[in-house]
Amino acid sequence: MSDPSPITEQAVAQAVEAALADISAAGDSAALKAARSAHTAEHSPLAKLNGAIRDLPGDQKAAAGKLVGQARGRVNQALAAQEGVVLVAEENARLESEAVDVTAVPSRRTVGARHPLSLLMERMSDVFLGMGWEVAEGPELEHEWFNFDALNTDPDHPARSEQDTFYIEPTSSHLVLRTQTSPVQIRSLLTRDLPVYVVSPGRVFRKDELDATHTPVFHQLEGIAIDKGLTMAHLRGTLEHLARAMFGEGAQIRLRPNFFPFTEPSAEMDVWQPNAKGGARWVEWGGCGMVNRNVLRSAGIDPDEYQGFAFGMGIERTLQFRNEMNDMRDMVEGDIRFSQQFGMVV
Amino acid sequence: MRIPLSWMREWVDLPVDATLDHVHAALVKVGLEEEDVHEFGVSGPIVVGTVVEFVEEPQSNGKTIRWCQVDVGEGEPRGIVCGAGNFFVGDKVVVTLPGAMLPGPFPIAARKTYGHVSDGMIASTKELGLGEEHDGILRLAEWDIDAAPGTDALALLGLDDAAVEVNVTPDRGYAFSIRGIAREYSHATGAAFRDPAQGVAVEDGTGFSVAVSDDAPIRGRVGCSVFVTRTVRGIDPTRPTPAWMRARLMLAGIRSISLTVDITNYVMLELGQPLHGYDLAKLTGGITVRRATAGEKLRTLDDQERTLDAEDLLITDESGPIGLAGVMGGASTEISDSTVDVLIEAANFDPVSIARSARRHRLPSEASRRFERGVDPLVARAAAARVVELLVELGGGAPDPLGSVLDETAPRASIALSVDAPAKLVGVDYGRDTVIETLRTIGAEVEGDGDQLAVTPPTWRPDLTDAPTLIEEVARIAGYDRIPSVLPVAPPGRGLSRAQRLRRQAAQGLADAGGVEVLAYPFVSRTTHERFTPGTPAVTVANALDAEVPLLRRTLLPGLIDIARRNLGRGLTDLALFEVGTVFLPEAAEAGATTTTPAGAERPTDDVLAELDAAIPPQSWRVAALALGDAVAKQPGSAAVPAGIADALDAARVTARSVGVELTVTAGTHPALHPGRTAILLVGGEPVGVAGELLPAIAAELDLPRVVALAELDLDRLIAAGDSDLVARPIGTRSAATQDLSLVVDRHIAAADVLTVVAEGAGELLEHIRLVDDYRGPGVDDGRKSLTFALRVRAADRTLTAAEATEAKLAGVALASERFGATL
Repeated sequence: MSDPSPITEQAVAQAVEAALADISAAGDSAALKAARSAHTAEHSPLAKLNGAIRDLPGDQKAAAGKLVGQARGRVNQALAAQEGVVLVAEENARLESEAVDVTAVPSRRTVGARHPLSLLMERMSDVFLGMGWEVAEGPELEHEWFNFDALNTDPDHPARSEQDTFYIEPTSSHLVLRTQTSPVQIRSLLTRDLPVYVVSPGRVFRKDELDATHTPVFHQLEGIAIDKGLTMAHLRGTLEHLARAMFGEGAQIRLRPNFFPFTEPSAEMDVWQPNAKGGARWVEWGGCGMVNRNVLRSAGIDPDEYQGFAFGMGIERTLQFRNEMNDMRDMVEGDIRFSQQFGMVV
Repeated sequence: MRIPLSWMREWVDLPVDATLDHVHAALVKVGLEEEDVHEFGVSGPIVVGTVVEFVEEPQSNGKTIRWCQVDVGEGEPRGIVCGAGNFFVGDKVVVTLPGAMLPGPFPIAARKTYGHVSDGMIASTKELGLGEEHDGILRLAEWDIDAAPGTDALALLGLDDAAVEVNVTPDRGYAFSIRGIAREYSHATGAAFRDPAQGVAVEDGTGFSVAVSDDAPIRGRVGCSVFVTRTVRGIDPTRPTPAWMRARLMLAGIRSISLTVDITNYVMLELGQPLHGYDLAKLTGGITVRRATAGEKLRTLDDQERTLDAEDLLITDESGPIGLAGVMGGASTEISDSTVDVLIEAANFDPVSIARSARRHRLPSEASRRFERGVDPLVARAAAARVVELLVELGGGAPDPLGSVLDETAPRASIALSVDAPAKLVGVDYGRDTVIETLRTIGAEVEGDGDQLAVTPPTWRPDLTDAPTLIEEVARIAGYDRIPSVLPVAPPGRGLSRAQRLRRQAAQGLADAGGVEVLAYPFVSRTTHERFTPGTPAVTVANALDAEVPLLRRTLLPGLIDIARRNLGRGLTDLALFEVGTVFLPEAAEAGATTTTPAGAERPTDDVLAELDAAIPPQSWRVAALALGDAVAKQPGSAAVPAGIADALDAARVTARSVGVELTVTAGTHPALHPGRTAILLVGGEPVGVAGELLPAIAAELDLPRVVALAELDLDRLIAAGDSDLVARPIGTRSAATQDLSLVVDRHIAAADVLTVVAEGAGELLEHIRLVDDYRGPGVDDGRKSLTFALRVRAADRTLTAAEATEAKLAGVALASERFGATL
């Protein structure tokens, strides 16, 4: 008569119950790990029961194996289930502990700002680039011939006086700080193949004291188109296109007769600003006209074959009425608050 | 030009209810820009009153007031307190009644003063805005005015008039007259125009000797082409300027002086012909118009003694100079309050000569403004005759036959104009009839039956010189609003040039990296120039606005520093600024300068153009950056990072990366930078810029913090150095091995040099190397430092073994130890 089998249903059930109780009580990974060790490792009751199978008579092995196997399966299942619960709880606790005040996260990088005058020049130039025009440039310190003579400015024209134009020493060198970007137009006509469609944005100089409405150093964008058959209608069309790009679809251009040495006929242009803060209005924007025949001759172009138009506007002036600025000094003083309010967009 | 509406109305049919706005709108259409409006600012009830009686009442403050009873046509006189003592019982005066408004604005009300209720005020000329006289009230008898008490004084004195002011462009001198403006109004509206010059009966005088002797014409033009004189004798110098003339002159911006002078001004305003009156008794012999001799003296009407230039055109008699022609008369023959015989001058002078004299003597006068822009040579005789008429009518004088007419005006040549030329230039098909009709409307003579017209412009339009000027007239009179809008199609363009695009990118890159773009003026002082760019030539502005800053910058740094100081002054203490701008780099004083200027209207030869270009000092684009204060501000959980040379170097690297270039850095010097913190920036071994910290002594002097980080790069060279045709390297995808390497070297050896040598030694397997630490202290010998580099090695075709990676690293070590005595 052999010993009664230690693998009783009761013993297995006891071991399983003890295991399940410990597992469900394990609230964190450490407790779960202890429960796993206590109930599934080498010296755990179930391991011992499992080990005892090998000593059983052959005919009992199968039933006992099944019994212990099922028990171990239940315990492992419970372990896996509890592990899932514990991991989620632990991860949640960690996330909670990692929370920050998102309104006070330190900033690693600050973004600066472009100067709105630069941005405006680029934006206006881009309108012309989109039409196939190119951007031309020339020196700010210029020879008088390019700044005045070639532009049909009479030797006695008041703009040439020392009250209006900066001259360079010695004055016999005939060098000036350009009073307009128009010398670039002459340079373009001299160096480019016809037809020519260019704009020249840039810095210009006039002898005005700095005050709310004047600055001795300011910016312009001028344009010139020389081709066969260009008329004032094309001038108006071009300006209207620019005006709509800058001020919205409702913008219009009004031309008023005026006088400039380098154009004939000449016009003052007003722009209808449909979205002005104080209500839609006409604003003086710049000067324009059909390029004077003498200007074409200065560039060696036959005025009977080619003709065209030119125009120019102040960038400061444009920014001033577009963005309702009252004081020109804000644009030139370099106070960072001025550029920062525009940021990267004008 | 200011135009009183009542005056304009005499010569053009203004609607009865025409407002100032209406007139402005009409004139703007034809190119006379709206400038301002002028009104007396006076409103009724303001009436004529008779002083019935008054009692003088001394006051405790020492003044004596008069308690007056004034008949203002209401039956019962009004009681009015008056502080003036220059009137008598029976005088007619101007009474402003309660409810009236005087300029100021100064409302009139019945008010208690000096123990009486003053039921109105007796007005002075000044209070009415009719002059500057303030020695008492206006006695109407002094102005030859008699009207019944209660008569509206506003109309009587012309105070109900108002003027528009328009800006006259330099080509249209004729618009400096009522005649010209009335004509333009007619062009704008079609209203009927009457030429005031046509209404005058012209009589010429004889027997007064006038000669023009110009032995030095300016730009080949004789200084005087017309000189008309007329004489009026026996003028009563006590006669007043009538109120209507005084009011019109006031509105036109001209002060009343005396009847004779007022009349010459009045006729000038009406006809556009500057006029001058001489006291005939003070003239010595006839008049000669000639150039001055240098150093000759003339005392002008404003009592200034002027030293003359050889280019000045003079009016002289046998006594010498008596006037600066077309600019200002002389004191010696001035009309005084005892002048009875007057010689009138109506002349025409060369615009350039007058402009130069006016500018030279800083004497812009009503006369010079008109002559500079061109005066109708045909209006002189009419203008002189009109002055005579008014002196006779208002001054009690008698016309005298003494006078002269000198007229050398050349007849105007006609201008050829194709009938279709306006359409071809303006883009509006006006048609033959409109073209001809319009040109005739502006006073031109038009001949020609076919398509070719011969157009002779009117004498008052010296600006009409070629076909486009005539075309402008056609377009202007027809209205610029008729011009349609047609967008021209340009040939395909190539977008921005590479340099233009990269300059934009540099600015954008610096802004993205935290910089704020500024645009500084390019003017610097000599001190600043010597401090930043000692011993280099600078461009000097001959007529600088501020004599302290006459030079053009060779570097952008001082401009950034100025702007930083301004920001600091406004409490902005953490700054990162940058500028993309030009500098002026003369190579040597005036090398290659040419002193000639070619003429306009013809293309100079290539050689001449090259000479002009060679005379212009080189100008180059630069980028500069400045940082001071904190580069990163203190924040929760992170300390402040103060700005320093790192920010200068970063700005330089950002700029370089933005334009596709890698910089190498080496220690160097700069006259305005900290000697131990100055980096020279190189591309391909060539210096392209500098980065560092401002010399602390300079910072202290300029009230700046001790650390001011500065960087400046030659953007033109940077862009030129960039490779626009990069051949892209294949990207290795095999596993990389990383290795750290610490090397001990002497302290004076630049880390970058060690890095370069390690990289060279490690060979082509090395993909990336970076300095991660520079340690000096315990464990490292004095005078030595331990540099730690992180290396990443990779082969293109296989996964490297640990041994291969180590081998590459050790090859680097070997070379570093050979070159610098580096030890592991």
